[in-house]
Amino acid sequence: MSISQTSAIAPGRAKAALGALRKVAASFAVILTTLLGLLVITFVVGRMVPADPVIAVIGDQADHETYERVYKEMGLDQPLYVQFATYLGNVAHLDFGQSHVTKNAVSSDLARVFPATLELATLATLIGAGFGIPLGIISAVRKGTWVDHLARIVGLLGHSTPIFWLGTIVILVFYAKFGLIPGSGRLDVYNEGLVDGPTHSILVDAVLAGEWEVFGDALLHVAAPALILGYAAMAYLSRMSRSFMLEQLRQEYVLTAKAKGLGQRAIVWRHAFRNIRVQLLTIVALAYCGLLDGTVLIETVFAWPGLGQYLTSALFFADMNAVLGSVLLIGIISIAINLLSDLTYRFLDPRTR
Amino acid sequence: MRQARLHKAYVLWLSLIANPLAFAGFLVVVGLVLVATFAPLLANHDPILQDLTMALKPPSAVNWFGTDEFGRDVYSRLVYGARTTLYISVLVTVIVAPIGFAIGATAGYLGGWVDVVLMRITDIFLSFPSLVLALAFSAALGPGIENAVIAIALTVWPPIARLARAETLTFRAADFVVAAELQGAGMGRILFRHIVPLCAPSIIIRLTLNMSSVILTAAGLGFLGLGAQPPMPEWGAMAASGRQYLLDAWWLTTVPGIAILLVSLAFNLLGDGLRDIMDPRNA
Repeated sequence: MSISQTSAIAPGRAKAALGALRKVAASFAVILTTLLGLLVITFVVGRMVPADPVIAVIGDQADHETYERVYKEMGLDQPLYVQFATYLGNVAHLDFGQSHVTKNAVSSDLARVFPATLELATLATLIGAGFGIPLGIISAVRKGTWVDHLARIVGLLGHSTPIFWLGTIVILVFYAKFGLIPGSGRLDVYNEGLVDGPTHSILVDAVLAGEWEVFGDALLHVAAPALILGYAAMAYLSRMSRSFMLEQLRQEYVLTAKAKGLGQRAIVWRHAFRNIRVQLLTIVALAYCGLLDGTVLIETVFAWPGLGQYLTSALFFADMNAVLGSVLLIGIISIAINLLSDLTYRFLDPRTR
Repeated sequence: MRQARLHKAYVLWLSLIANPLAFAGFLVVVGLVLVATFAPLLANHDPILQDLTMALKPPSAVNWFGTDEFGRDVYSRLVYGARTTLYISVLVTVIVAPIGFAIGATAGYLGGWVDVVLMRITDIFLSFPSLVLALAFSAALGPGIENAVIAIALTVWPPIARLARAETLTFRAADFVVAAELQGAGMGRILFRHIVPLCAPSIIIRLTLNMSSVILTAAGLGFLGLGAQPPMPEWGAMAASGRQYLLDAWWLTTVPGIAILLVSLAFNLLGDGLRDIMDPRNA
């Protein structure tokens, strides 16, 4: 397979570059349609709400005249496609409307809460990848041994555990019974507002400011939710990397390497692992998207002031602008992550060039 | 024909018994169905009858898993909650399997722009984290178990459609399909008489593996107050209401959570086992 490919690529690098460019353009076109579809979904969801949007703004005490005026002001008398165009324009200006609960613009609320989620999800992904990928590879290499079975059980449990429940149990045991972890939030009250750095990630900002006490406090707060989310990611990543690795170990080049007397370590890490690096990157990206789901629940459990908690409290108060803004943001993040992993895939994997 | 089918089912049964983990999963799933069916016989209290004098009692001989904040028996609510879980997962499956198959198989069979359009729509739904999408829909539709089913179904069909498309593509040019076309069979007949039987096994495995994420999503919605509404017993909502009394009444949250974990683990084990039997490459 590889011989025919190299001979096909060799005559004309320019052509290959053009092809790559076309592929990138194609994947951007795909992204644009996906984004449009996403906006259609949030728009439709916004229209499906049974509650009258006008009454949500003016209250049910207002007279008929005010109602009519606000109805027109909100553009609800326009045909649907005009309303959709207005919606697109607003979103392009990052205008998601006003939150009825916080009374702020939803976009500024989102900018405020998002860094907390980013910090949590990134840490969880690092934990998940750091433990999951080695675990998967070891269980592929030692297929059928107790390590493999243990990894499988750990993985299946991670797949099956309701994450909000695990979070609650961890609070019950480690906070309430043993007092080992703080119960909620990102920091203790007396550390609140001590660091205000450029990244809005308290961990990074505290290091930059040299506030090690704040850093320790923040680390203690983030530990439990990040470990729980990381466990869920680990379950997925170990399972996938196991099956990728098994696929490689079945290949003939592994047999060749063995035949020429290469040790197992060299075969696994120098040959097989190199071949699955790009695939692994893709599934880490997917795991990151999946974590956005988990953050919604885990932030609610740990009162973590991020996007997930913002979304669930907006749901609770039927604050649709805030709900749709958050949903849109989460959708856009997952599209962006998918795009990134797609592009890295195209550029790093020689087979797709 | 019938004998061949029976034989196939028998072989499947033998391989299932040979795989202890998958068989354990199978037993739990059967147990769930039995508990849901015979809930009135198994429960020893009324699941929705409130008795505030009995509120927050720890597990005892009378109330096996204790009582909740309204004095309702947790064990009986757990037993009836099996009905809710089964109701949601069966309904989602019944909705999703034909829709996912129809969309995927149509795309794969017709190809061309139909394929492109249908698969783009599928990808749009796939690109959303499923709980967030379900949250958005159930927020719009309003809380309630039927709306939760619709919301979950909207997040589950895309992988089924992708699978059905892939399977249809492999059979698209097969001789028996061409022969049926030459005999004048229409698209509906070919898809539902010829393609369905061939796709069914892999779709069933996919649905079984999906079942655990359906159950977890349903529990998550219930936890956020968007699923089944009180006083209907639902495991996710039961675990959520227990959080307020976490320190005094650990059983309120612990017990329903273990039930969710057990059932979702069982579906995962069963699905894994079925896949290993049908597709032994990853075993």
